Amino acid sequence: MNRQAQSAVLFVLGAALLHAGLTDLYLRYVKAGLRPLVLAAGVVLIATALTTAWYEWRAKAKEQEHAHREPRVSWLLVLPLFALILVAPPALGSYSAMRTGTALQQSYGYTKLPKSGPVRLNLADYAGRAVYEHGRGLDGRQIVITGFVALDHAGSPYLVRMALNCCAADAQPVKIGLTGQIPPVLKPDGWLQVTGTYTAKRTKDTVNGGPIPYLEITQARPVPTPHDPYDETWNN
Amino acid sequence: MAVTKAPPRTRDTGEDRHPAPDPQARRLNSPLTLTLLMLLVVLCQGPIREALGAPVMQSWMTVFVAVLVQALPFLVLGVLLSAAIAVFVPPSFFARALPKNPTLAVPVAGVAGVVLPGCECASVPVAGALVRRGVTPAAALAFLLSAPAINPIVLTATAVAFPRNPEMVVGRLVASLLVACVMGWLWLRLGRTDLLKTPARHAYEGQGKGAAFWGSVRHDVMHAGGFLVVGAMAAATLKAVVPQTWLRTAAENPVIAVLALAALAVVLSICSEADAFVAASLTQFSLTARLTFLVVGPMIDLKLFAMQTGTFGRAFALRFAPATLALAIVVSVLTGLVML
Repeated sequence: MNRQAQSAVLFVLGAALLHAGLTDLYLRYVKAGLRPLVLAAGVVLIATALTTAWYEWRAKAKEQEHAHREPRVSWLLVLPLFALILVAPPALGSYSAMRTGTALQQSYGYTKLPKSGPVRLNLADYAGRAVYEHGRGLDGRQIVITGFVALDHAGSPYLVRMALNCCAADAQPVKIGLTGQIPPVLKPDGWLQVTGTYTAKRTKDTVNGGPIPYLEITQARPVPTPHDPYDETWNN
Repeated sequence: MAVTKAPPRTRDTGEDRHPAPDPQARRLNSPLTLTLLMLLVVLCQGPIREALGAPVMQSWMTVFVAVLVQALPFLVLGVLLSAAIAVFVPPSFFARALPKNPTLAVPVAGVAGVVLPGCECASVPVAGALVRRGVTPAAALAFLLSAPAINPIVLTATAVAFPRNPEMVVGRLVASLLVACVMGWLWLRLGRTDLLKTPARHAYEGQGKGAAFWGSVRHDVMHAGGFLVVGAMAAATLKAVVPQTWLRTAAENPVIAVLALAALAVVLSICSEADAFVAASLTQFSLTARLTFLVVGPMIDLKLFAMQTGTFGRAFALRFAPATLALAIVVSVLTGLVML
């Protein structure tokens, strides 16, 4: 790859990073805290592209030919460009969730629930309270949870949220089983906001044997994909 | 599917590496190919999207893009700093800063890796420059091994990638320093000067500082970036295609887990600024196995072996690389047993 082509690749790569960082696109791939770094990398790549083009143009003006080429492996850099610009793959969904065992972990402590009214809980938070606290304080409360739908081989529905430490490569699912008034048609990967109550019913994840609690749902309504599709509470 | 079609296309263009009779035609070649490639992909957008619609392809691409978006900022940061050092710090500075006694110079050079940021692609040429400027080879080798593994950028990336396991950062620092120093001392005892081909040229002579700086940044991003894509593809394949049961079987046996990840580190050749994120994604494996991955990767992998052969000669690389690998595995396991 000669310098002109390198300059073009660097420029488009930088622009793609800036585009991802300036929209919510980057949240499909990495955690929110990395935004400044992604933007800075985009700026540096564009600066490198511009200076490369400039020095190349100046060297040409001075007739200083140097046929120095970068190795063929550099061509691979066009792959992420196509992936990011043309395809912009979605955040990890039900396929990854059902291939991987639930990553539910015992939390160090749980915050106090509000005294009255429906409780809005993070999916992993509910799963932790249900499994490790045996639903203490949840009895008889209306619980509202958001997640995406995943179906196992037998077709039983789960509500899932992918928890992420750093980027999608380390994302792991936390699953809860759905029981009660399940909507007749469930589309995998569709986001749902379900309202329901705690139930002591449990099952084991077929992949890793991890615990999966259930939620007895009374109502389910489709919601758009959240800004940040991943659960990042584990970062803290 | 279409994405996997791209490399063969680029391979066609590789033919222009052979010296062509007409330099003008050769100059036009890669921008032209790039433009054609872009046009082709844009024209075939519909079918490409369809082919990539399968869940397995989508997961693969998401992980692939994620590893890159995650790693590129750290790569860029490291490349900027290593370019600054290569261009603005005079090489004689290092020779003056090291003690005269070689046995003492080894650990000092090893520790110096902590303050001199750069990824392994940069450390090979820097070590070559050190040898040329009269630094004892053993100290230069200790620096070569330690600098890419334990500099602040890599350690920060490790801390970011393992937010719940800060001991990984300490483990990486300790194990990498130990390997670097022991390899340096081993070279003092067993090394022969005739094995080491002293590198001769300086890449950035005869250019202005600005041109040298940006030239170094461009060169490193293109080199390391290409290898990073290979690493991201391998990580995505492991995550999205390889059945989880295989990984679990490998991960369950502690010995196989360590050996598998050491082999993976050698094959993947990921830049040390980015490898922590790949290691973090290998969630099935024990922390000790992942520490092995993090210690082995920056010291010896396919890309580094190629670079060491180019800089110091084949006789050297053939002896140095296997010894480093074996020592890195042993020290990582010991460190893992003690600390993790």
